[in-house]
Parts: sequence; C-alpha cells; structure tokens
Amino acid sequence: MSNTTAPEKKEKKRSAIWSELLVPVLAVVSGLILGAIVIVVSGENPFRAYGALFTGSFGSPVRLIDGLQIYSATGETRQLLRAFYPLTESLVTATPYIFAGLSVALGFRCGLFNIGAEGQFFIGALSAAFVGYSIQGLPMIIHLPLAILGGALGGALWGMIPGYLKARFGAHEVVNTIMMNWIAFRLSDWLLDGPMKGPGFRPVTPTIFETAELPRFFPDPLRFNLGFFLALLAAYLVYWFLFKTTLGFEIRSVGANPDAAKYAGMNIVRNFVLVMVLAGGLAGLAGSAQVLGVDYWVGQGFSAGYGFDAIAIALLGKSHPLGVVLAALLFGFLRSGATNMQSMASIPIDIISIIQGMVIVFIAAPEIIRWFYRIRAVKKDETVLTRGWGS
Amino acid sequence: MKKFHFVMAVLIVASMVLTACGGGAGGGGLKVGMVTDLGGIDDKSFNATAYAGVQQAIDELGVDGKYLESTQQADYEKNIQQFVDEETDLIVTVGFLLGDATKAAAEANPESKFAIVDFAYDPTIPNVLGLVFSIDQATFLAGYAAAGSTKTGKVATWGGINIPPVADFMIGFEAGVNYYNEQNGTSVEVLGWDTAANEGAFIGNFESLDDGRSITESLVQEGADIVMPVAGPAGLGGAAYCAESGSCMVIGVDTDWTISASEYTDVILTSVLKNMNVAVFEAIKSVQDGTFAGGLYIGTLANDGVGLAAVKGASDELNAGLDAVKQGIIDGTIAVR
Repeated sequence: MSNTTAPEKKEKKRSAIWSELLVPVLAVVSGLILGAIVIVVSGENPFRAYGALFTGSFGSPVRLIDGLQIYSATGETRQLLRAFYPLTESLVTATPYIFAGLSVALGFRCGLFNIGAEGQFFIGALSAAFVGYSIQGLPMIIHLPLAILGGALGGALWGMIPGYLKARFGAHEVVNTIMMNWIAFRLSDWLLDGPMKGPGFRPVTPTIFETAELPRFFPDPLRFNLGFFLALLAAYLVYWFLFKTTLGFEIRSVGANPDAAKYAGMNIVRNFVLVMVLAGGLAGLAGSAQVLGVDYWVGQGFSAGYGFDAIAIALLGKSHPLGVVLAALLFGFLRSGATNMQSMASIPIDIISIIQGMVIVFIAAPEIIRWFYRIRAVKKDETVLTRGWGS
Repeated sequence: MKKFHFVMAVLIVASMVLTACGGGAGGGGLKVGMVTDLGGIDDKSFNATAYAGVQQAIDELGVDGKYLESTQQADYEKNIQQFVDEETDLIVTVGFLLGDATKAAAEANPESKFAIVDFAYDPTIPNVLGLVFSIDQATFLAGYAAAGSTKTGKVATWGGINIPPVADFMIGFEAGVNYYNEQNGTSVEVLGWDTAANEGAFIGNFESLDDGRSITESLVQEGADIVMPVAGPAGLGGAAYCAESGSCMVIGVDTDWTISASEYTDVILTSVLKNMNVAVFEAIKSVQDGTFAGGLYIGTLANDGVGLAAVKGASDELNAGLDAVKQGIIDGTIAVR
C-alpha cells in the first residue's frame, strides 16, 4: 500500500511546488510586459531599455570576454573587474532587501503586518554606525560583530515596542509600526544634526572605522562584501527557526489561528513580542549590512525605501525564506540595472517602481493572473498574511 | 476567449517589434553626465536648475548631455561610476552630500573631469571644479527689497538645518534689512535669524512641507508679513500657507518661484536666484574650449552667478535703491558681511 502512494505523493508535492511558483513567475513576466507597454507609450524602445536593464544588472557579455582576454594576455584585472561590476552591484543592492524581506515575512508568518521595517532599518543603521565610529582601537574580530549586533539590537528595540503594545493592550501593529517609522525618521533628523553629527557642517554621521567595515572581496569600485553571505545565512536561520523548531511551529500556529493556538496552550502574548523583536532585529541587520558594507556613514537619504519594498518582497516570496531570497534578488537586479537603463536608454528609474507595483498587484490579486493565463486554482491551506483589526 | 488572449499577445509583441526600429543615440559631441542629489531631476529647485545648464549646453554647444537620478546615498558612488565607465568628458555632481563620492571618484580616475555644485574642496583637487555661490550678495538685495515692501515692519526668514550654506542666505538677508534701515531711517525687524547669535528658526529637514507651513504660520502670527524660507522643497509649505491665509508673501530661493512654483505667483514677492545653470554651463564650456581647470568657480552678482528676480509691486524708488545697492556690492562699496 505504502509502496504505491510514495511516488504519487512525491508527484503531488512537485506539482504543488510548481503551482506555488507559477503565479509569482507569471506576475513578474506580466509586470515586465506591462512595463514594456508603458515604455512604448512614453516613446522609448522597450528592447533597448530591457537590454540596458540586463547589461546593467548582469553585465555585458562583450565586456566580460574583453576583460578575460586582457586578463589572460597581460594579467591586467581592471577591465575584468569592470565587467563583473554590474553583477556584484546587483547582489549588493539585494542584500538589504533579503534582510528586510525576511523581517516582514517573519511577521506575516505570525499574522503580524510589520510596516515598520523602514523605521527599524533606519534605527539599525544608526546604531551600527554609532558602534562603528564611536569605538576606536578594537580589533576587527570584535568590532565588526559588535557593530552588526548593535544594528540588530537597535532594530529589535524598535520592533519590540509595537509588539509589546499589541500583546499587552491589543493596539494594532499596523498603526503602531507606522507611527514608529515616523518617530524613527524624525529622531534620525535630530540625531544627524545633533548628537551623532560628524565633523563639518553636513548633517551626516562620522565615517565608521575600518575595523567595523564588512570586508569587501574585490578592489574598488566593486562594493561586493560579506553582507550578502550574512543575508543568505540569515535566510537559512529563519527557515530553520520557522520550520524546524517548536517555537517556529508555535509562531506559525498563532499566525494560522490564534484562538486555536491559545486553546492549545500557546502563549500568544509572548509570541507576538518575540516575533516583532526578531523581525525588528532582521530589519536592523539590513541597516547594519548597508552601513557597514556599502555606505560607511549615515545621512538623511540613507534608505531608498528598503523597508517598504520589503513588504512587496515578502508577498512575492510568499513569506518563505527561500522565496524571499529569490524575490530580493529580483528586486536587487531590477533596481541595480535601472541605473544603466536610465543612462543608456534614458528611461526614468521610476519605470522600475511601476514594474514592481504591477508585480505586487498581481501577487496580491492572483485571480487576475489565474484568469489571464487560465490557471486553475489549487486548493490548499493558504498562508495567513495578516489578520483584521483587534484580532 | 482563448483566441482573444492569443491575439492580444501577438499585438503586444508586434507593437514591441515595430517600435524597436526607432530610437538611436544622439550625436558624437562632448559627453556630459549629471548626477542628481536625492531630490531628483524635477525637484523644481536645485537639481532642475543645475540641469538647465546642461540643457543649455546641449542646445547651444551641441554637447551630448544626460543625467542619472540618485534615490539613496549609496547611489552617488554608483551613478558616478556609471559615467566614468561610459568615459564621460565632464561629470557634474549636484549638492554637498556628493562631496565624498565625487572626491573618491576624482582621485581614482585622475583622467576624468568633474564639477560639483555647492561644494568646495580644501585643498582643491586638480580635476574637480567646485561651483560655489556668494548667495549672501543676492539675499542682501532680498532683505533690502523685503524691508522696502513690508507693511507690518517685520520680515522673517527660516531655514531647513542650521548649516553654513543655509545660514549664508539668512546672514545676507538680515544685513540687507539693516542696510535699508540705515539708509531710510526705518526700523524693520528680522524674525527667525540672528547673525550675532548664529541662530534662528529651523525645521530640521528639507522635505517636510507641513513643518514649513507651521513655522511660517507662527512667524506670521508674530507679525511678519514677508517670509523667506531657505529649505528647498519644504519652503513651498510656507508659500502654501501664505496663499491660503492671504496674510503674507514669500521670497523664493534658488530658482524663480514664479516659474517653478507658479501656482503661488500671487504671494511671491521676489526670488533669490542661485544661477547654478550659469555655473554648470560655464564649466561645460570650459571643457569644450579646453580651458577646464580644477579649483573654484564663485558665482556673484558681477558674473550673474547669483541675482534677484523682479520685485512684485516695487515702487520706482525701491527699484532705484536696489539697483544702487547691487552696483555698490559689485564695485565693493557696500560690504555684505
């Protein structure tokens, strides 16, 4: 009996994964097609635009071959590094997206909508920068982890407050995380122009010490650094935590049905706070990775809305760590390649926001995709994204 | 129904193929690339004015100009690198926040030429031209005009953040008001800035229109009827308040607000012009002429790098006074500070 069901089960699982992937992939494809239409309407050439987007995010094959030839002939690495620059730059852009996407995804798994990733990201970055520039003389092996941790703690604190308010008073986390964002923005305005202001007149922090920098793997201008691998590690840890530990199971249970979870003796209050602390910590790590790996200082224009894009990434990735990594890579490649597209094909970078927006609409309303591409809905237990007021 | 989708798909693909034939790059002139600050190319202020200089060079000198917008500080390095890779002849960066990235790129690529708006290096870098402005000369005129136009005897200014580039506006403004008082025996008061104490009214950012609105409101309630906001886009919050309440007028900064914020034309007394377009154009021209040299370009009333737009409702007497003051500043008989 069991002999006959095993392959069937496997087959079923495979088709389930396939159908799980189908809608996001089609959503991205549709987003790109609609983006192309917008490009056409605005009087530009979509092939040129997407060609530039591709070479901007992956690199130009011609350049790569040239670079390899020059390298093998003369040992000169400059051209070769330039050929790899776009690809590494995309991974650099994806790094904070992975961390922040994981933050929002973790919240979704517990039925919490963490809109506060942006604020947590900012506070995390400021904390990491503070540890990075205020302590001098430590060896890297201590200073760097300390700075990374500083960012995580700052973000965790920022996430804990709405988590506690939700658990203790039932205050809705959507409202409170938005509020916390504004507090973070205004607090950073003040900090950058006050206690954390560096030398000179500009409202920016001092530059961090070299001992707090995430090591870069290549010479300038390549900014690819250890942060990307830390992000992948974080994704694995979140996966392990959610799916391989008792606590993770509890969190998913609370997300699926808090009443049942409570009846089963799970501590709802503790889980809400715990998840918001962890989510805040992950968003804070995004800030750490960005400031310690890329920027080295924080100014008012530090973020390009990573925390808000993270919501889209979590949705696109179906709140699964692997999905989040893939979605973050997609966003990273789109965002990074947009620079080249803007320069070579004079397409405003805003087109990327349009494509991203359309992808999100299709993800949020998968029925559109299912209807357009004639896909039958697969009946399965849906992931709970968020719950209504006061629940 | 299925056929319908197929037809749609064919149409989309066809439209893409057909349009693929168009396009093509511009001429082979001098290549100029501008990297904006976070405000973006259409900020109606800083970046837009600087780009107007590039646009003028495209029209008059036939250069091949384009821009890249920065959406976060990590973009500065990346956008500059993009232009370095494209072997752009002159890379123009806008705003002091790009100071570090421009310096790093200039030192790593000594063969490339750079111009940076609103930033001066000390010591100067051989391949970077800093474009700075004696804006206090223009705000001196604005202060004079405000003092000559106020009905309540109080004028005001406020800023984004108390940093020298912002304070320079306010110092000149106060000095201009004081000069008017000396010349005409009046006692017009300045609210929101005190040069002696080096402090004044600041909102702490350059973005929030709400903050700009509320600080303008409180200064007007203290009696001011002319307000000069020095805070980029946030200043428009002040203009909005004046337009709605009808109780005050504003002095625009950086660009002529009757053009860039024309919806508020009725309440715009005049504008302090920081002609970044002139400076950028001059920089591009120097590269084309082969006379480019690193160092500093200082925009003044004399070289038209700064100026004051026409003053609304000004009497002939006030206009004559403004002309005399301008001439005095140019030939050095009037000290701005």
